[in-house]
Amino acid sequence: MNADQALLAYVSRLGDNALILGQRMVELVAAYPELEEELANANFALDFIGQARMFYTYAGEIEGNGRGEDDFAFLRDENEFRNFLLIEQPNGHFGDSITKLVLFESFYLLQLEALTKCADTRIAEISARAEKEIRYHLRHNTQWFLRLGDGTEESHQRVQGSLDNLWPYTGEMFAADEIDGIFAEFFDGPHLEAIHAQWMTNVELIISQATLDMPEDQWMASGGKQGRHSEHLGFMIAEMQYLQRTHPGATW
Amino acid sequence: MVAIGISREQVLDWLSVVPDPEIPVLTIADLGIVRGVTIDEQVIVELTPTYSGCPATEVIEQSVIDTLHKHGVDVSIKRVLSPPWTTDWISKEGRDKLKEYGIAPPEQGASKRELLQGNRNIACPRCDSVNTAVVSEFGSTACKASYKCIDCLEPFEYFKCI
Repeated sequence: MNADQALLAYVSRLGDNALILGQRMVELVAAYPELEEELANANFALDFIGQARMFYTYAGEIEGNGRGEDDFAFLRDENEFRNFLLIEQPNGHFGDSITKLVLFESFYLLQLEALTKCADTRIAEISARAEKEIRYHLRHNTQWFLRLGDGTEESHQRVQGSLDNLWPYTGEMFAADEIDGIFAEFFDGPHLEAIHAQWMTNVELIISQATLDMPEDQWMASGGKQGRHSEHLGFMIAEMQYLQRTHPGATW
Repeated sequence: MVAIGISREQVLDWLSVVPDPEIPVLTIADLGIVRGVTIDEQVIVELTPTYSGCPATEVIEQSVIDTLHKHGVDVSIKRVLSPPWTTDWISKEGRDKLKEYGIAPPEQGASKRELLQGNRNIACPRCDSVNTAVVSEFGSTACKASYKCIDCLEPFEYFKCI
């Protein structure tokens, strides 16, 4: 793999994480029990989809075959998406959704901060825009995580369950592969070991403030970054791509 | 359609009346999202999005194209991301218009991260009291939060500092 191929793969992965998480959150639109969270969720989903559009547009330009953002989102199959397994997990209950966001955004914020200093100007610019949004999300979602953990006996128990269930999906975020390696070397990209250490410090603090127990060291699931997904992604993509698959080329 | 023979100032002047579709009391010039105008063989207007997923971005671009077309000018839009927009780009005039409209303007200094943490005292746009409380961090659009004034009891929106 050469540097240009790694750049393309890296950018489309960023787009995949943002799109798939955004789409997951879109599933909750008009389904929240409370107006404030309804608006928060919809606004956050919009941020992710906006970020995905910018990453995909850039990926299309790097590739140079005339593919645009919609081609990446609507005309690729499951195994071509390289998002984390964590992100495609079903929304579950409110505690599950919040825990997933806290775990992922704690990583994504560090990744974006590092990317603002990378050697690829376009990625640095998109990341500087996105970083401000994710910082705001994380502030909001962390507040909920603390309240659920340090809330009632039931909320504490349920969010501990969310944390324990989602934890095995966190390892993949820090498992550097060839693409991460080349991007770090040639484009001054993030070093996942350093990000892992910082993430662990931040997340341990939030978990202890939420009066929750740290999950034990354990086996970690992987494969999303290589296109090997859990069974959940296929259903989600089928719904998301339905219109373009049924009416190819349909536009607004 | 002509491009040559008009000045940058003229184009900026035409653009100064294009409203923001979500907060029409503000123009795109007040918002600070017009980043540049270049006149070469064609007019190029540089715009920056407020938020990555802001649904107004495309509407604003179309308004700019339509406005300049009315003056017989062909334009192409260039989206720029750097430096990223923050509420600090909103002009003094824009802040005054927001307040008059009933939306508490954002504080200056969005680049200071501390502002994203802790509690701030947001002044009620009607009675200027800082005895206010947040009702919801999220309002009618992504960029606003809902507040209420404890003194005059007026509910109001706050343009988030980001």
